[in-house]
Amino acid sequence: MGTYSERNYLNTPTGIKSWLFTLDHKRIGLMYLFAIMTFLFVGGMIALVIRLELLNPGPDIVAADIYNRLFTLHGAIMIFLFIIPSIPAALGNILLPLMIGAKDVALPRLNLLSWYVFVAGACIAMYSIISGGVDTGWTFYTPYSSTTDSAVISMTFGAFVLGFSSIFTGINFIVTVHKLRMPGMTWFKMPLMVWGLYATAVIQILATPVLAITLVLLILERTWSIGIFDPMMGGDPVLFQHFFWFYSHPAVYIMILPGMGIISELITTFSKKKIFGYKAIAFSSLGIAFLSFMVWGHHMFTSGQSEFSSMIFSVITFLVGIPSGIKIFNWLATMYKGRITFETPMLYALIFLFTFSIGGLTGMFLGSIATDIHLHDTYFVVAHFHYVMMGGTVMAFLGGLHYWWPKIWGRMYNETHGRISAILVFVGFNMTFIPQFILGSQGMPRRYYMYVERFHTLNIVSTVGSWILAAGFFLMLYYLVISLFNGKPAGNNPWGSLGLEWSTPSPIPPENFDDDLKFEHGPYDYDKVIAEKTI
Amino acid sequence: MDTNKTLMLPGAKSTIAGDVDSLFNFILYTTGAIFILVVVVMMYFAIRYRQRSGKAEVTSGRDYNHVLEVIWTVIPSILVMVVFFWGFKVYMKMNIIPRDAIEIKVTGQKWFWTFDYDEGINIVNELVIPVDTPVKLLMSSQDVIHSFFVPSFRTKMDVLPNRYSLLWFESTEVGEYDLFCTEYCGKGHSEMIGKVRVLPKVEYEKWLVESAVEDTTTPLAELGEQLFKKKACFTCHSIDGSRLVGPSFKGIFGNPVKHNDGTTATVDENYIRESLLDPQAKVVDGFAPVMPTYQGQLTDREIDGIAAFIKTLK
Repeated sequence: MGTYSERNYLNTPTGIKSWLFTLDHKRIGLMYLFAIMTFLFVGGMIALVIRLELLNPGPDIVAADIYNRLFTLHGAIMIFLFIIPSIPAALGNILLPLMIGAKDVALPRLNLLSWYVFVAGACIAMYSIISGGVDTGWTFYTPYSSTTDSAVISMTFGAFVLGFSSIFTGINFIVTVHKLRMPGMTWFKMPLMVWGLYATAVIQILATPVLAITLVLLILERTWSIGIFDPMMGGDPVLFQHFFWFYSHPAVYIMILPGMGIISELITTFSKKKIFGYKAIAFSSLGIAFLSFMVWGHHMFTSGQSEFSSMIFSVITFLVGIPSGIKIFNWLATMYKGRITFETPMLYALIFLFTFSIGGLTGMFLGSIATDIHLHDTYFVVAHFHYVMMGGTVMAFLGGLHYWWPKIWGRMYNETHGRISAILVFVGFNMTFIPQFILGSQGMPRRYYMYVERFHTLNIVSTVGSWILAAGFFLMLYYLVISLFNGKPAGNNPWGSLGLEWSTPSPIPPENFDDDLKFEHGPYDYDKVIAEKTI
Repeated sequence: MDTNKTLMLPGAKSTIAGDVDSLFNFILYTTGAIFILVVVVMMYFAIRYRQRSGKAEVTSGRDYNHVLEVIWTVIPSILVMVVFFWGFKVYMKMNIIPRDAIEIKVTGQKWFWTFDYDEGINIVNELVIPVDTPVKLLMSSQDVIHSFFVPSFRTKMDVLPNRYSLLWFESTEVGEYDLFCTEYCGKGHSEMIGKVRVLPKVEYEKWLVESAVEDTTTPLAELGEQLFKKKACFTCHSIDGSRLVGPSFKGIFGNPVKHNDGTTATVDENYIRESLLDPQAKVVDGFAPVMPTYQGQLTDREIDGIAAFIKTLK
């Protein structure tokens, strides 16, 4: 049986002030975790309302302008307030120093500042709800967004502020990885999760300022009528699309790269197997980060950009798919001749391989210009990015959440509940989004509040799927909360993992490690070392 | 639902649709095969190498195989390049407009489509074209970005406010096809739906001649009712008193309305005329000033007709 570490970061020191002014990366990470889980809940509930409205073709439960505000809010919350901070800022904050044997991140004060900036940005963005809501879609396309009378300014200003939080975290992680790796941990002995976080941080720093500039220009246009994007004032609306996607396409990789990092950890731990193709996986993260900056035009094949640009963007888009494929194959090869067990985190890793493969492969339809012309702005695109973002990042996040839950809290959740929930999430997710691929191919446009009768049946299937998905999440909420009070103590290493973070007690001591920490084996040396499971 | 040799696509009714579908199906089957391969290997490994005994042992340390890495990098690379070239080739075909294409001007605005023909015809939400003839659309928007999408033709193009965009297609079968707006444009986005009516060439010529002549025989109120549907007034105005984007027409004639600047006026023929030609001059209290002008799109007799129609809505 494992033991519960009595002196840990959760209770040392005590008092509300010790949390609000904490410089401890674990506490900041945990505060991020609370924030993003709240937004996941809100964004998810909105999604349920959206699906309920689409159950039938006509207007049902909300009015058209409310519906438009809801899907905008769903997108903005899920992207800016949940997925982007989910793995780096919440889990990454807690884990990055632990995985490289450091006592904290390199810049703890910047870390705390990033959390407060996040909260401030979130409050500003949420203010838009009480001041009338935003009805532009999360993409804020001009000139709609420069002319609508909804609360565009507070939402975009919120996203602008949130960007700084993202940049701060990125800077912090890069410095930490360069300066604070423990003696003996060379670049190629780092866990792949760290590579994922590192590649993510690079994109965060380079891409986010472009979003910030774009949103500021939009705000200037709306407040002082400076014509930048609105043709009525001499601006160019397509310019906005270029600016926006220059950030938002790399942002897709901000979201997925750390998820891929988690999958590398999960597959090795639960296969008890050395990672296959370490360098291939590490370099493919950097390759993705590099290429991600040169594919934004594939969002604009129907915008009237030149055929020549479309051709260039199409070919690079296909290239950026290759590194993701390499990762999938290496993960599969890692399972070969392993000793595989199927605890909840591993189930999520397997679900990830399934759903993310669909997400990646359906990108082929959209990268190819001729087929994209037909599929652009239809439900096919909606299904594709949900398979990448939810089937990819969110499944990886849930896997990581269950994997490190015992490390974070020192207690186990109910494993049976965890597995049932994972299966419900898997079934519900596929049932919700597979029909949307077909709907999109048949021509159902996205952001439609009503639709023509022939799309009805598949929409019913999709909506019922969303209920199964919701059931999975509610079960998860239940058993995770329960586990905090009466979960079994986890001990240092409930999974028998070789990662450094598992060599320290659970919950983690305030100083992370003893002073005499030594780098004895790599994170994936399952061919040499056996770590005892503490449960 | 008529499907055409494919699992997922609607019927192919234009000259390029077949090319797009061939590529779509090629991607569908190859990616389907890759996906099945990944899942089968994953499940095989998961079952074959599941932990069987409680005894912990070290596992194989083989962590790299040069040949494998090359294989699974090169084969997908070749595949994606094939798809890229194929997609680009079909795209070029979509973009080269035949010289003999007939040209129709398309205007998108919140939330309807207007089609202007060289013959002086102007219709809303219904594009009438001849079969087996290339048609070129010269498109622009009056307000925000819209997008012109006909699923059966596999074609789509954004309609922008500050420049013209071009789109062409050649339909291969007589019939009626859905026309959707696919760029989000606000409250009425999902109602910005029209039809493409493809006629046999002879009937198309007949239609052109008939439509170009101004209707002077239909009684005014009836003409107004036709226009109410044809010009898509119903998207924003109800005739049963229910509230849509704009005020309902039911019982407004002869009665006073309050404006957003505090003034009031009685709805009469002149009021209706002004509202059609200069909609922002008087905006009814509680509604947004979003109505587009119909200056140049309605003849005097048609305006008379609309006024007569509204008069009948007690």
